[in-house]
Amino acid sequence: MAAIGGCLVILLVVAVFAAMWAIWRYNNLVSLRNQVANGWRQIDVQLKRRHDLIPNLVSAVKGEMQFEQDTLEKVIQARNSAVSARGVADAADKESALSQTLGRLFALAENYPNLKANENVKSLMEELSSTENRIGFARQFYNDIATRYNTAQQVFPDSYIAQTFKFQPVELFELKDEAERAVPKVDLNIRPSQ
Amino acid sequence: MALNLYDQQKKNIANTRVFIAGFVVLLAFLGLGADGMLYAGGASPGLPVATLGALCFGGFSAWWSLHGGDRAVLESAHARPLNPADPAERVLDNVVEEMAIAGGLPKPAVYVIPDSDPNAFATGSGPERASIAVTRGLIEKLNREELQGVVSHEMSHVRNYDIRLMTVVAALAGAILLLSDWGRRGLGFGARRRGSDDRGGGGAAVFLAAVWIVSIILAPIVAQVVSLAVSRQREYLADATGAELTRNPLALAAALQKIAAAVEPTPSIKQGIAHLCIEDPRGRAIEQKRGWFADLFATHPPIEDRIARLREMAYQG
Repeated sequence: MAAIGGCLVILLVVAVFAAMWAIWRYNNLVSLRNQVANGWRQIDVQLKRRHDLIPNLVSAVKGEMQFEQDTLEKVIQARNSAVSARGVADAADKESALSQTLGRLFALAENYPNLKANENVKSLMEELSSTENRIGFARQFYNDIATRYNTAQQVFPDSYIAQTFKFQPVELFELKDEAERAVPKVDLNIRPSQ
Repeated sequence: MALNLYDQQKKNIANTRVFIAGFVVLLAFLGLGADGMLYAGGASPGLPVATLGALCFGGFSAWWSLHGGDRAVLESAHARPLNPADPAERVLDNVVEEMAIAGGLPKPAVYVIPDSDPNAFATGSGPERASIAVTRGLIEKLNREELQGVVSHEMSHVRNYDIRLMTVVAALAGAILLLSDWGRRGLGFGARRRGSDDRGGGGAAVFLAAVWIVSIILAPIVAQVVSLAVSRQREYLADATGAELTRNPLALAAALQKIAAAVEPTPSIKQGIAHLCIEDPRGRAIEQKRGWFADLFATHPPIEDRIARLREMAYQG
């Protein structure tokens, strides 16, 4: 009798520990899933910020950049089609097209010393290039956290929890456009060290 | 030794745990010794009052400095809130926001220190309550990428809970200093009493008492050396995680080079918060020396070592 009782106690202890472990790992996955969702929303917040800033910048530079009407129109068009994009893949394509036209506008603006001296334009440029950085960093953070989430679902023995409760791996953000991937980021801003 | 970024983070975190455990042991040891003296003096063995008292005192001063220590630090450095109307400070604000996004953290409060020497520090009790302060000189001397590197380093102190750790370590070191001071005074009192009422303990008791007396004298020095060691470990870690945020270790390396080249001390920043800064604000020669002595008493690792490690990361990709 004593032996059976002892076995039962041991079994009970093991079951309690297994249940505690399962709850702990399950909560870990839920917390990661929420972080992934939040990371995705952060990207949207910054894209919205970019959409709001572009019309201001275009109207601020319009007067000076009369000879670049074509570029300005392309920026506005790309912006409008990005705003009205439907679905993740569509949005990704249109946002990267917008990034390219914006990059072109920034490069052309370098030719206009009056623009570079204009405080309003300068601050709009700073806000926009900061927004570009924020979009990049928000995507980087999303990819990091999504990778952690996917790994947490795949490692043994957590994979059993993930399968039982139907956690799904999420997609990473990738550059779809071959052209954008091929062009390395060049920063001409680096001054020689003093 | 070629450690990649993630290995460095793990190694640093492991080292830090050892340091904190050492502090708690030191506090407990100071208390235990006092308890031993009490019992030897004839008190009946019951609760180890002095041990519990020492641990509670350490815990309380740590708790106290976590609630308000950041404000005291910012005030002592003459930091003022950032002015968004100033274009250069607007850039700083944007860079901090970018780095907060990269780290997935709430944006910390940003302060500017009106001082021409480039330097920066972070303080607070965790990501929910954090402040980053940057000197005006840093904003003016660094380009945007380098500023991003420095802010990523400070954001890493926030993200890795270094700001909390350093606040707790400083509070514990302060508690040890105070307790050992009390211990020394108590020692004089105990010795006088023993002289009139000598019962003579065993040889072991005398030996333990001698060890305790020596440790009371050494404790503040040990505490200082340990807190500096924690600070140095955390600098390497913040460099590494900062590089993880920007994916651009060379920009931070370039910024560190500029900061090192500006040899003048940062007069606004007092000695007490040197360990918080990205580079020692005292402009002391010891920070650039090597050898065991310099290693023990510097708040920061030699800047060339940090630059070398960052470059190594860049080549590893």
